Amino acid sequence: MFENLTDKLQRAFKNLRGQGKLTEEHLDAGLAQIREALLDADVNLGVVDEIIAHIREKALGSEVLLQLSPDQQVVKIVRDELTELLGKEVRMQFASRPPSVWLIVGLQGSGKTTTTGKLGKWLGHNGHRPIVVSTDVYRPAAREQLAQVAKATHTPVWPGAGTDKPLEIVRGAMREAKLSAYDVVLVDTAGRLHIDDELMNELSTLKRELAPSEILFVADAMIGQDAVRSAGEFHKRLGVTGVILTKLDGDARGGAALSIRKVTGAPVKFAGIGEKYDAIEQFHPDRIISRILGMGDVLTLIEKAEKTIDEKQARELQRKLEHNEFSLEDFRDQLKQIRKMGSLEQLMGMLPKIGPFAKLPKDTAIDESRLKVAEAIINSMTSAERDDYNLIDGKRRKRIARGSGTTVQEVNEVLKQYNEMRRMMKMYGNTMKGKMRGLGKLRGGLSN
Amino acid sequence: MITLFGKPEETVLERLKNSVAKTRTELSARVEQLLTGDRPVDPALLAQLEAALLSADIGVGTTKEVLASLRRQVTEQKLVGSAALKLELKNQLVAILAAAPVPRNGDSPAAVAAAPRVIFVVGVNGTGKTTTIGKLANRLRAEGRSVMLCAADTFRAAAIEQLEVWAKRSGVELIKQKAGSDPAAVVFDGLTAARAKNVDAVIVDTAGRLHTKSNLMAELEKMKRTAAKLVPGAPHDVLLVMDATTGQNGLAQAREFTGHVGVTGIVLTKLDGTAKGGIVIAISRELGLPIRFVGTGEQMDDLVPFDAKTYVNSLFD
Ligand SMILES: Nc1nc2c(ncn2[C@@H]2O[C@H](COP(=O)(O)OP(=O)(O)OP(=O)(O)O)[C@@H](O)[C@H]2O)c(=O)[nH]1
Ligand SMILES: [Mg+2]
Repeated sequence: MFENLTDKLQRAFKNLRGQGKLTEEHLDAGLAQIREALLDADVNLGVVDEIIAHIREKALGSEVLLQLSPDQQVVKIVRDELTELLGKEVRMQFASRPPSVWLIVGLQGSGKTTTTGKLGKWLGHNGHRPIVVSTDVYRPAAREQLAQVAKATHTPVWPGAGTDKPLEIVRGAMREAKLSAYDVVLVDTAGRLHIDDELMNELSTLKRELAPSEILFVADAMIGQDAVRSAGEFHKRLGVTGVILTKLDGDARGGAALSIRKVTGAPVKFAGIGEKYDAIEQFHPDRIISRILGMGDVLTLIEKAEKTIDEKQARELQRKLEHNEFSLEDFRDQLKQIRKMGSLEQLMGMLPKIGPFAKLPKDTAIDESRLKVAEAIINSMTSAERDDYNLIDGKRRKRIARGSGTTVQEVNEVLKQYNEMRRMMKMYGNTMKGKMRGLGKLRGGLSN
Repeated sequence: MITLFGKPEETVLERLKNSVAKTRTELSARVEQLLTGDRPVDPALLAQLEAALLSADIGVGTTKEVLASLRRQVTEQKLVGSAALKLELKNQLVAILAAAPVPRNGDSPAAVAAAPRVIFVVGVNGTGKTTTIGKLANRLRAEGRSVMLCAADTFRAAAIEQLEVWAKRSGVELIKQKAGSDPAAVVFDGLTAARAKNVDAVIVDTAGRLHTKSNLMAELEKMKRTAAKLVPGAPHDVLLVMDATTGQNGLAQAREFTGHVGVTGIVLTKLDGTAKGGIVIAISRELGLPIRFVGTGEQMDDLVPFDAKTYVNSLFD
């Protein structure tokens, strides 16, 4: 549906190659694309504009890194900015003296009850003794729902029978927790609108009574622009300590994670990823960022490339390319580097299945051993041959094939690929770009 | 004939207006402020309008399109002054919402005459399907129709019990099976009973499901096939329930549910909050789906027929 952000940026930056710095004009064209991508992902408009202003400031005049193309570099700056905003993964908080209370709050239909069940299960698996209790005395069969969830997850539940006053219900649950040595009390609450004064006050009362270690705001990943208002109001009233983003198993981009983080300052702690009670995981900021930007794990790829390719090597390669000295030796190094970056399979898997990569056949097996074969073939060459492939005539090809335990055909294939890569790298000049394209080609050439 | 899907009466329009005006948003306040006084149109004004539309979840695509047309008209001097601009903006949004909906199964004379009229209520998790069914049943009862509910959400914990409460509240019969049973079998039971008892309408509650899960969408298709075998043309209505807080994902939801089970209309719930549900404008524009009802609270009578003018006015007046 939406064009990959990388594509858009590549278009915005297509005149940029060969320039040492990002110019303002190019940058603004790129930032306009990023703004739309963030809005498409449901990041709040105000938050988007703040982010964009900040990125602009950072990007202006920053050195173009040798190993990244300009579009990738801007994506990197965006990623860094969003990473900073979302913060690191955080641990859950417990009271110094049990029982700890976690208060689960949020709008109607966001997934509080299911999440309560999941947290109960998660706590049980992590050596705790949780008990759950529902204070939703309003929605039909809400308490019955939690009772059934508790049964399914083998978590004790405080039924709170005989009263329909939330305060009385939780007092009963606390007594029970102390008596039976439950160390965490999970309090499910009724869904409510942030503008419902009466029900918001009810939550404040519960908070005063319970002094919770966590006040967890449960938000639907599909929520749009209004997220800042609801989350902001819950936070103002209660002081939210953490956010749980639900229904991330769908295809919502989840930009609300950024909006909510921005207005509450509270970290996203868990992600709900299915209807089963074990479908919850600790939140990984980096994953949601890829998702918000709609670019698969291309970001991870950039990161890997950054780590694997050291600057000096890259500069040397650049020089060689400029002087047309890209030898078979260099080609072999490239192959090695590709292998170092992770298995090809894994690497291809990281590419988003959209944009330029959409056309890649999905299930073509990548035969990684072919990379090794190519390496073996180059290893069987003399250093003179590696420096100048023109030396390699028919006789030498036979010898190389024998030496590497391959066939002349295979030797020819490797030489063909080398030539292609050389040509491409010359064309694109830019190292990272060359590698990426080379990689695509190699895959085509080596898979059967 | 069931008047439920006919034109809304005045009183209902007033109600919608009131309930939405009660929680007047920043958006309308801002637009109002922008547009009071007949100042000339300048780029800043258009930029602020863009912000207002985006904040209502109308989405980048639709916003761009609407603004481009406004801009063009300003350049061509067909639009002079902020008052004219305001009117034109509203007209465009109303035009998108009121654009002749693709002829739907539910509007055909055969469907209107069908007995029982079969209404499927579908949507992603937690949007307000079950509550909407309670409200719909109540409304139909008030119009003198006999109604039966069918508890085909056999998956979510206590879903059946929840619908039972609504059946009692509105005084209608409920057909159910055990939790965990095949939802298509419940549909079979429900429609068989409804035919035997000659009721006017059967409303089928379905489990919330993400539109991306092909097995669950296939389950819904099977329920639909079962219905069609028992009652000609059933389901006559497939109402997609959408939460007004939904962002851009709403478009994918509408697209997928329509693709799989032929949505005939949308119910926009939770409009009593501060979210405006502007994604329905984008949905209307792309899929030509009519918005049938609006949910304005958790009580039985918090359901009103949708009217495009009233809705758009509530955004700006
Ligand atoms: N404020 C408000 N709340 C609503 C409205 N409609 C439904 N709700 C609430 O939203 C929550 C979810 O509603 P349900 O009817 O259970 O939603 P559902 O789509 O049937 O949910 P699942 O079956 O779990 O997918 C409940 O707390 C309802 O009371 C509305 O128009 N306004
Ligand atoms: Mg339901």
